Amino acid sequence: MKTNDVILQTTTNLVFFIIILFSIHIFFAGHYAPGGGFVGGLLTASGIVLLLLAYDIKTVTTALPINYTVMTAIGLLIALGTAAGSIIFDVPFFTHAFDYFDLPLLGKQSLHTAMLFDTGVYLVVVGVTMTIIQSIGDDD
Amino acid sequence: MLLFFWVMVILISLSMVAFIYRLIIGPSVPDRVVALDSLGVALIAMIGLISILAETGFFLDIILLLAILAFIGTVAFSKFIEKGEIIQRDNDLS
Repeated sequence: MKTNDVILQTTTNLVFFIIILFSIHIFFAGHYAPGGGFVGGLLTASGIVLLLLAYDIKTVTTALPINYTVMTAIGLLIALGTAAGSIIFDVPFFTHAFDYFDLPLLGKQSLHTAMLFDTGVYLVVVGVTMTIIQSIGDDD
Repeated sequence: MLLFFWVMVILISLSMVAFIYRLIIGPSVPDRVVALDSLGVALIAMIGLISILAETGFFLDIILLLAILAFIGTVAFSKFIEKGEIIQRDNDLS
């Protein structure tokens, strides 16, 4: 039976970008405000889940051709690389560093290497959540 | 002003009790889904009032997050009721 999901699909096309923008905000706000890599990753995954609800698995994998297992591996590699990069500078494992930079358009910002570690957490959370949901939803 | 605040807290608490009553005795599944959705909205209002009481703006992120999660949960429940499966493998294009 073919049903018509016009209202749900139109709403999803609009709301998906709001969810993704909010997840990016929560991810970048994690240093000075509530949020961080974990909540941002879960919110991004819930945005993709909303796409999966409104459309189907085949359409979403065509639109977002991401191998989530590889994404998890890349996230773990980034986190481990951030932790191991401190060894090169002859300081203990997991030592972070930060400095202030004058970026164009953004002004004076503090760039911290904990951001790179948070990127790894973000990629791992998105990858693991989407792997679980897709492998459960895929079998008949 | 503070009296108005506590009146609002009590009113929203009473409406949450009414939603929970409908959630427990609701005769059909759609009744319970609508009760859960309304409970989510009442919870959002309650978090807004608590953020006024605590004089912080950090709870406002939680409000937006809870609204998104309540929307996705309601859509998932509705799709399960209507079609029997939540995530379709292939849309019926053939």
